[in-house]
Amino acid sequence: MKRSALHAIQRQVMWNRLISVVEEQAQTLVRTAFGPPTREAGDLSAGVFLPNGDMVAQAVTGTPGHVNSMAEAVRQFLAAIPAAAMRAGDVYVTNDPWKGTGHLNDFTVVTPAFHRKRLVALFACTVHVVDIGGIGFGPDGHQVYHEGLYVPIMRLADRGSMNESLLAIVRANVREPIQVEGDLYALAACNEIGCRRLSAMLDEYGLRDIDELGADIIERSRRAMLAAIAAWPAGTYRNTLDTDGYERTVRLEARLTIAKSGIDIDFTGTSGVSAYGINVPKSYTDAYTSFGVRCIIGANIPNNAGSLSVVRVHAPEGSILNAPFPLAVAARSIIGQMLPDVVFGCLAQARPESVPAEGASSLWNVRLAGGQAFKAIDAAEVAGKTRFNIVSFNTGGTGARPGKDGLSVTSFPSGIRNVSMEILESISPVLFWRKEYRTDSGGAGRWRGGLGQVMEFENGEDAPMVLGATFDRIDNPARGTSGGLGGAPGRVRIASGRELSGKGRQVVPRGERLIVETPGGGGIGEPHARARELVRRDLDDGLISESAACALYGWTA
Amino acid sequence: MSAPQRTRTSASGWRLAVDVGGTFTDLVLQRGEARFTAKVLTTPRAPEEAVLAGIEQILDASGAAADSLESMIFGTTLATNALIERKGAVTALITTEGFRDVVEIGLENRFSQYDVFLDKPAPLVPRRLRYGVPERIDAAGRVRLALDEDAVRALVPLLRRAGVQSVAVALLHSYVDPRHEQRIREILLDAWPELWITLSCEVCPEVREYERTSTACANAYVQPIMSGYLRRLQGRLAQRGVRCPLFLMTSGGAITTLERGAREPVRLVESGPAGGAVLAREVAAQCGVTRALSFDMGGTTAKVCFIDDFAPAESRSFEFGRMYRFLKGSGLPIRIPVIEMVEIGAGGGSIARLDELQRVQVGPDSAGAEPGPACYGRGGSAATVTDADAVLGRLDPDRFAGGSMALDVAAAREALARELGAALAVPAETAALAVSEIVEENMANAARVHAMELGKTVEDYTLIAFGGAAPLHAARLAQKLGIRHVIVPSGAAVGSALGFLWAPVAFHAVRSFYQRLDRIDVAKVNELVQAMSRDATGIVRGGAPRARLEEQRSAFMRYVGQGHEITVALPARALRAADAPALRRDFETEYARLYGRAIPHLQVEVLSWSLVVRTRSKRSLPAKRAKLRAAPRAPRRQALYDPRAQRFRDAAVFDRAELRAGTRFAGPALVAEDQTTTVVGAGCTAEVDTLGYLHLRR
Repeated sequence: MKRSALHAIQRQVMWNRLISVVEEQAQTLVRTAFGPPTREAGDLSAGVFLPNGDMVAQAVTGTPGHVNSMAEAVRQFLAAIPAAAMRAGDVYVTNDPWKGTGHLNDFTVVTPAFHRKRLVALFACTVHVVDIGGIGFGPDGHQVYHEGLYVPIMRLADRGSMNESLLAIVRANVREPIQVEGDLYALAACNEIGCRRLSAMLDEYGLRDIDELGADIIERSRRAMLAAIAAWPAGTYRNTLDTDGYERTVRLEARLTIAKSGIDIDFTGTSGVSAYGINVPKSYTDAYTSFGVRCIIGANIPNNAGSLSVVRVHAPEGSILNAPFPLAVAARSIIGQMLPDVVFGCLAQARPESVPAEGASSLWNVRLAGGQAFKAIDAAEVAGKTRFNIVSFNTGGTGARPGKDGLSVTSFPSGIRNVSMEILESISPVLFWRKEYRTDSGGAGRWRGGLGQVMEFENGEDAPMVLGATFDRIDNPARGTSGGLGGAPGRVRIASGRELSGKGRQVVPRGERLIVETPGGGGIGEPHARARELVRRDLDDGLISESAACALYGWTA
Repeated sequence: MSAPQRTRTSASGWRLAVDVGGTFTDLVLQRGEARFTAKVLTTPRAPEEAVLAGIEQILDASGAAADSLESMIFGTTLATNALIERKGAVTALITTEGFRDVVEIGLENRFSQYDVFLDKPAPLVPRRLRYGVPERIDAAGRVRLALDEDAVRALVPLLRRAGVQSVAVALLHSYVDPRHEQRIREILLDAWPELWITLSCEVCPEVREYERTSTACANAYVQPIMSGYLRRLQGRLAQRGVRCPLFLMTSGGAITTLERGAREPVRLVESGPAGGAVLAREVAAQCGVTRALSFDMGGTTAKVCFIDDFAPAESRSFEFGRMYRFLKGSGLPIRIPVIEMVEIGAGGGSIARLDELQRVQVGPDSAGAEPGPACYGRGGSAATVTDADAVLGRLDPDRFAGGSMALDVAAAREALARELGAALAVPAETAALAVSEIVEENMANAARVHAMELGKTVEDYTLIAFGGAAPLHAARLAQKLGIRHVIVPSGAAVGSALGFLWAPVAFHAVRSFYQRLDRIDVAKVNELVQAMSRDATGIVRGGAPRARLEEQRSAFMRYVGQGHEITVALPARALRAADAPALRRDFETEYARLYGRAIPHLQVEVLSWSLVVRTRSKRSLPAKRAKLRAAPRAPRRQALYDPRAQRFRDAAVFDRAELRAGTRFAGPALVAEDQTTTVVGAGCTAEVDTLGYLHLRR
């Protein structure tokens, strides 16, 4: 009895330690990585797995895109390189979108951890590299071949020696060879830290392996997740959400079933694949779908093989949410980031009081390039001008929450952070002329949706620049619920008047400014039911106009 | 504590440190070896009342006269509290037109990935008081749009009508060219001479608009009240006959003059924890410990800070008013020089409970002082870390809280059994052990992750433990971290105020000036750094006219394309063009030390230049090992739980004041003093040095 009580305490301490080990792994990557999405947004992942491929702990990082896609990737590595063939000092790598985390820019690295000569665990991590060759980042490719270098599962290091041939091929195929190679080294190094910490823990507690500990963690998490699900009314809930797509509207259709055995989400009925790079590999669909569930149900339960196993996702092959090789997938996040909204729409039917309305959801990152040749740009116009490529990470408003307004200009579901305008202006000739709240963009309601923002850009060198658009919710704004109104649609235009498309590369002519207005979140409840002091406050702060206050909220001065 | 000394020498007079905390105002009066301490309740409405009362008390006890004070050093939570409780002045913000929401939009992120119901902290200045004016300077300092001076003048009636008392001005790229901000100040003061004005280019001349604007707003917000408070305090002290110079403790672990503190009150936040780190630094210097980890554990939180070569780790940013107390990113940023430490919700009062996975969770919430832990017997029902300590036999019932409070072990046992034991089907001792182990593991994990962030190997460090709860948990924490040596200094109950007495007079300046190392403009850099050096020296001279000064220069550098800078030391002289390769080498050495590997062929850039001027610290009285002597007969014995053996064992209880230098004994044992108990576990030895510090070794 006493023995087992102490044992239980030790197990919990070791569980905490494993979580701390993967956090340490992730922090190392954040600080050493080069890709802006990684360091500014925590677009990375780190985790520890049992030798059979079951994930035991994962760091909580900025991106839901790796929630269980990395876990699935480790199984793919084990299928390619069986545990028996793994040796100390080995490191394995891939950027296969269908075996990794959904596009070529994500490299996943797996390292076997040995303790006293036995394989005791696998450490895995994923990072988004700045460039992977091909036509450059964006949805403009038609096949994965256009999108860059494709590295199948192979050795990055063989018993301690780096695979120089692979590194040479990577360097020769990407636009930023030193940074990408640096990221590969950083991935290998952070797994190495994990291996060392795990060995120290095993020594401290006199354990041979973590099999029993891991099995216990997984089982307890699975049971806790089932208990959280059991608190929700069983049943099947359907939802449909339209997004702008590239060449045509994309319909996302879901049937979510809550049962004793877990939650099943079936995307049958969803639109087919696109000819452009907005297709989503299944692992990425799994990641954002289960993230959507976990935001509402079991938010405090750590991610591992147990808690993830009871949320199951089905998407028919050939649909845009299970796009097969060799389709283009680079900008999979545009559609993927809508999936939590699809899930929320289902769960709101079960418990409207627990679920937010739709938000802008898809990021509104503004990618600007200049000083280089492009169709519709006269080469003479860019001669002698500064060559640049910048990304400003930007967002719209989130949906209203029951009992609370939505968050204005805030990333969700992504956890991205913006980059300082002053920093962007220091490394490029781009000038920002405006970045402020967009009045009246939050969906009216008893609880108002979050506001989007208005941004204005100019190439300060009196030359044209190219916008790489990956914007959604221009034709399909965020919807409100329970009588709340929708958020304002997004808008992209040239200051002198011409509207631009939400997808693809387009020229901002010399002497013109680009105006980007990001979408607002949907409202909840009848606007007339909004507390008068909140309407007053929004008016005083200029978040709503007087005319909107009168027309939508029934305000009389 | 020594007997009062009656002789008065003005040349080497008394130094007084006062730490105005949220609950208590701590005072330390010291001259040479003589030291007096006092603790009085803080008077939040007029904090100077408690300060005066405390001074009366301590002067009485010491027999020192008010006019024999040589200097006084104040630390106060007033600025921090005004920010957290939103009790500052009505403040307006003037920005570049089109950017008034930068301070509210912030980083556009969420600080908690899975919490869709989170709230973001509201900015100090509401949108209705944020005004844009047409003007624009670019990153290279070129004026793209001239300042519209009429638009500035037109703001004056609006500001008056809104009852504004203080204004922050934060324009884009003002760290490159401050002229537009300065001109706005001239125009406003012309029309309204008594208006408080903070310029972002003065309080934070650094790149990154959100952090700079937020810092300027915080300064403007607290300036009127801090200035009023400091003026009142000075007046009251003068009335009382105190004529010595007054100094203020800053967040960077240095002291500054009253005048400077009133100008940049934002630098006065978190001075208490900084004082603790200064104390630890001094103990490290006395004991000759070049790798020290300061461990300060009180009722609510624990803080750890790395101190290498007797210098606490420094940082340039701090967050206040976190929505979720210990969650990074949930507060508002201030970019000022601070002592780098991690704070987690782990203190004696931290509450233990089970989560939905039946795991024991400790903190971050605390039972506080009222009603406090169950063992206080004041109606508290939560099971806390202190209750666990009580059940495990780590507290001395006779001297608990200096004997002022009866320790109710039965209530502690009951709370632990009820809150944890029942659901886990374990006895109260096991539940207590779980609480203790988890809180220690949480602290160890925080220290490990922090060590990784700073590129340090925690096993190489010596733990310096102070604060009421630290000596109880220090030995076990050290063991978890692989640390073999723990020092528990004496007098740690008023650790922060004690630290004030050791702090140097210093000023820390940072300026952003972007330079690629391969085409560095040495002349311009030298011009900038020389000006910073002149300013900082002038400020320090104002507080220490005759002291010997030292200066350290550094640069914040990174590879082109990275997002985080690292600090690289610079020579304390003008740079030469030929220095560039050496700077790159120093950067790469530091980078490799932090991250394991430098990256060849990549260009290096400098974002900001930093410089600190400080008075040289006095030589410390060294702590030495004394001739070993056997432990005295323990006055009492007590049952202490041994985690390894899983049973209570008979342990000696020593009175700390009775232990003479050189005393050595083995655990299990307890060393009791009024404010705390040091736990010497089985397998551990304790030794007392010539300064009365306890050294625990395994």
